[in-house]
Amino acid sequence: MSTSTAHRTSGAESKLMSGAQTLLECLVCEKVDCFFGYPGGVTLPLYDALYDHPIRHILVRHEQNAAFAAEGYARSTGRVGVCCATSGPGATNLVTGLVDAMMDSIPIVAITGQVTTKLIGSDAFQEADTFGITRSCTKHNFLVKTIAELPQVIHEAFYIAASGRPGPVLVDIPKDVFQAQTHYTPVSEIHLPGYKVFTEGHTGQIRRAAQMIWDAQRPFVYAGGGIIAANASDELRELVELLDAPTVNTLMGLGALPADHRNFVSMPGMHGSYAANMGMSNADLLIALGVRFDDRVTGRLAAFAPHAKVIHVDIDPAEIGKNRVPDLPIVGDVKRVLQKLNKVLHDLAPANRDRNTSGRAAWWRQIREWKEEHPLTPETSNSEIKPQHLMREIDRLSGGRAIVCSDVGQHQMWAAQFIRFNEPRLWINSGGLGSMGFGLPAAIGAQFACPDKLVFAVVGDGGFQMSLPELATVVNHGLPIKIVVMNNGYLGMIRQWQELFYNNRISQATLDSFPDATMLAGAYGFKGRTIEKPEELTPALEEAVRENGPYLLNVRVSPFENVYPMVPAGGAINEMVLGPPQPVVA
Amino acid sequence: MLQVISLLVENKPGALMRITGVLSARGYNIESLTVARTLDPTLSRMTIAVDVDAQLRAQVIKQMNKLINVLQAADLTETPSVKREMALLRVRSSVSNRAAILKESEIFGARVVDSSTEGFALEATGDSEKLDEFIDVMRSYGDIEVTRSGSVAVSLEVKKLRLSPPVPKNTPVEIVTEKLETRN
Repeated sequence: MSTSTAHRTSGAESKLMSGAQTLLECLVCEKVDCFFGYPGGVTLPLYDALYDHPIRHILVRHEQNAAFAAEGYARSTGRVGVCCATSGPGATNLVTGLVDAMMDSIPIVAITGQVTTKLIGSDAFQEADTFGITRSCTKHNFLVKTIAELPQVIHEAFYIAASGRPGPVLVDIPKDVFQAQTHYTPVSEIHLPGYKVFTEGHTGQIRRAAQMIWDAQRPFVYAGGGIIAANASDELRELVELLDAPTVNTLMGLGALPADHRNFVSMPGMHGSYAANMGMSNADLLIALGVRFDDRVTGRLAAFAPHAKVIHVDIDPAEIGKNRVPDLPIVGDVKRVLQKLNKVLHDLAPANRDRNTSGRAAWWRQIREWKEEHPLTPETSNSEIKPQHLMREIDRLSGGRAIVCSDVGQHQMWAAQFIRFNEPRLWINSGGLGSMGFGLPAAIGAQFACPDKLVFAVVGDGGFQMSLPELATVVNHGLPIKIVVMNNGYLGMIRQWQELFYNNRISQATLDSFPDATMLAGAYGFKGRTIEKPEELTPALEEAVRENGPYLLNVRVSPFENVYPMVPAGGAINEMVLGPPQPVVA
Repeated sequence: MLQVISLLVENKPGALMRITGVLSARGYNIESLTVARTLDPTLSRMTIAVDVDAQLRAQVIKQMNKLINVLQAADLTETPSVKREMALLRVRSSVSNRAAILKESEIFGARVVDSSTEGFALEATGDSEKLDEFIDVMRSYGDIEVTRSGSVAVSLEVKKLRLSPPVPKNTPVEIVTEKLETRN
């Protein structure tokens, strides 16, 4: 092998290389094709090694967005997303993204630089205790003290991030470790004796679950982000069709069962549909798959699904019984468990299929009635663009196939209600942490991961302004992201709560001085426009989608629209507020 | 009642922080914590006594078992186990008290580890309640200074230790030599 390819090892013989080169080598071994980062003082050796290395580095404009972009990459593909930041402020800026990935179980690996080992603990320039700070916001983290352990640690980091319940892992690498030289030999095995991953599911429990399912009159499938993390959509579909059970996908699980599937009801929870919440509340069996009974789904826990027995499948034993104590827990990878469960259900079908037909038919009738009673229908108006109308138009253009990265707030809920997702990994949003500023950088990551897909960044005027610097990244790489700003001039969800629960005292929720979208996009060298009339909406969205490069569409929507249905905080989910209070006629 | 947790953990930097983090993140106050190496020097045994709401005990154990550095976390609160604690006391005493202090120590099974004109240094072991009593008694003789070790516990049930076996690392892939294609 010639010296010019010295940094590209494929054989087992060891080569002298620096820590920085070793790291890049390990990333290549992990099949990382690009990563998102921002250089700094202590990562200079890494960026020097990167100079003539084939791996692609995407320079973002703020480290937080490197983490969000890595999440967008991971959420849209299921592969581990990678981000990189320098010590001190670089590392602290990653923290929000790490917590975000932790809350939504997204596999990312964060590489941070650290001051030279001798200086650690001396309050050196740009020093922060990254290992300590990120302990609670990662699935696991490492501080690499010597180059000898570097390759092992990097591979362990990827293994931990991607396996079991996925999550973020951070590796903190001091500058002198980047610079040290080592004879690199590829790592042959990973040994983490204390890392317990339960995948298979208990056979006896699965058998009992199957019997419970056939015994139920009013079964209801409650499927979440775990289905998407486990790539278990096919297995979910098989289960749902086998039972002909009504199914909800949580905010994190949208797309797990196709939105157009006849058994799909909608999203449950605080802003879920009437049928979804009534279904949960009246079911006699809840089949909970890869969900964590989040408070935004259950409402008041004591009143949640009061008539239901619960089967809870989750890969994380700590989720079992955390909020709702299940009647039948199964710890395992939901894909493996569903494969086995479907098989047992099939085997038991001949003896059971016809047992509860009338009960189940009545259950479906009831669900359809609820759907018809209070359907999720988008508001429209002739004088102003209703936000729901905007989402319905995006849905029409997407046809359930585009990637939609949302930010956090009202637009997120309307997007979840009105945009259909017919495949997993299309709906990308910050569910657990609810980080504003997530939408645009996540779209950047998703577009890099899926260059041939249509990617929308559906954002509010608040969150968009938190991610503004990344417009440069979008333009730099000619990413054809369609940025749609649902602009109501407010922090809409804050205003909604202040209106409903704080006597309409709108405090610090007004967002004035939004820039001219045409000029803003123009300043970065791409197209943008503002619309406010309903008749402009369809042509403008079509124009945005037709555009080869990025597009910024600023949609002025009716400012006082609120998200309904709504379960007030602390309420039971069948006590929904279905619409705005009717105006009092004087 | 205090929850007593016994943990077998990898002897690595940060392991203690992760474990106490599970407790501090939920606002639980640790009453005592002991840690020392096991026969296998790469592992440590930790005993923690902590005030946890009864219905959250199982959750705490699960969260600890999730930690990658933790090989096993077990709740010994209500399972058969032996719990012991050691206390070192310095008792200042007048000449007239000395015999009584020695007699009292004998009753509690404490040993004299230092004796001077000032008084004694005593070493006592037992369960925490017994030590409380001993300390109370010694207090009645004058100024004392106490250092307690915190509980160490051993389970009387054999619990199988399940360890994850090594996983083969995928063989490294051939690297693409050109810069990966840049769009636009």
